Amino acid sequence: MDREKIWMIAAGVIIGGLAVLLVAMGNPGNMGFCIACFLRDTAGGLGFHRAAVVQYVRPELIGLVIGAFIAAVGSREFKSRGGSSTLVRFLLGVFMMIGALVFLGCPLRAILRIGGGDLNAVVGLAGLITGILWGVFFLKRGFNLGAATSERTSQAGGYIYILGAAILLVLLLIGFSANPSAAGPLFFSTTGPGSQYAPLWISLGAGLLVGVLAQKVRLCLTGGFRDFFLIGHKGMLMVYAIILVTVIVLNVFVDKFNPGFANQPIAHVNHLFNFLGLFLLGLCGVLLGGCPLRQMVLGSEGDTDAAVTVIGMIAGAAIAHNFLLASSAKGPTLGGEIVLLAGIVIVSIIGWAYREVDA
Amino acid sequence: MDTLDVKGLSCPIPVIKTKKAFDAGCQELQVTGTGNVSRENIIKFASSQGYAVKSVLEDPYEWSIIISK
Repeated sequence: MDREKIWMIAAGVIIGGLAVLLVAMGNPGNMGFCIACFLRDTAGGLGFHRAAVVQYVRPELIGLVIGAFIAAVGSREFKSRGGSSTLVRFLLGVFMMIGALVFLGCPLRAILRIGGGDLNAVVGLAGLITGILWGVFFLKRGFNLGAATSERTSQAGGYIYILGAAILLVLLLIGFSANPSAAGPLFFSTTGPGSQYAPLWISLGAGLLVGVLAQKVRLCLTGGFRDFFLIGHKGMLMVYAIILVTVIVLNVFVDKFNPGFANQPIAHVNHLFNFLGLFLLGLCGVLLGGCPLRQMVLGSEGDTDAAVTVIGMIAGAAIAHNFLLASSAKGPTLGGEIVLLAGIVIVSIIGWAYREVDA
Repeated sequence: MDTLDVKGLSCPIPVIKTKKAFDAGCQELQVTGTGNVSRENIIKFASSQGYAVKSVLEDPYEWSIIISK
């Protein structure tokens, strides 16, 4: 077996295992890892939105950024670069997050939700695949946000993103240790999903490990389906299949596998908007070159456009909660439904507008 | 020999452009780009089609490969 395959199997088993472990250690149900939910919680922890139940600077994400950075430096893949339609990418990041928060999860969490028996996520996954196919339609017609340029004079631009994660870690440590009752400079949920978390060092360590693995295998579900449809590559889908099987087996083992639609943790049963939420996310993911997780990892490789996309996702989370667009267990909001539909139209216009004329 | 510049392009545009060049009848193509991922993906695509791949440049910022049918 070649090295690439060994990395892929290891990544699938370890990420699936860590996801179940993190829930067992305190994370919300079927949310061992979720880039969208964790960015939303982080936005809340920084006070960017006022939804008191989802405020916690998630150490998993800090670990992910630093882990992917270490892996990228180790394999000489850290290169500061950027300048490819940055504002458009910011906007796509905003819509990608709105899609995720209407569904309640990123593609990785969709897999983890299915692994917990949540059939609503199967509907979401169908939406994701359809959205990816819609994105591939634009790719085949020459969609291109333009070339990024390498920063040959300095790598400083790429380090800003890593520095941001390090500062978040310092704030989090201050929040936990210096002033735990008032939570220091950050906001900490006292009820709801934001109040459910695994111990700091376990979350951080798990994030580091996932970061290293995600960078090594280029983990991305959107990219997995996209490459399967475009050129028939199945490798990335196999990694997610391994994650899914690992999570199902472990959930059955710890008695957390409850197949069905109703009463699933942090999920709703509106099929149409579960489908459309991940449809929008899949579309944005294809146009951006990767799903939320991949954008986080690309940022760690020095891709400043991806770093701006992550900031767009944080802004999207703040917008989604400040303007009541995010769904809850009760279902999507009217505002969320309207903005989601508008998002599909706007992102489709971007997909059409950015075709290369001679393609 | 045709040439193709995919420097700085997001995934999977480098692969799509390579595929389009061969679909348009190209027999031999020199592709120049940046980043390991696009290089790996193009090589994977070329190998899956049974094309020969030769590396002609690999520096920290740029790579160049020649793909022949």
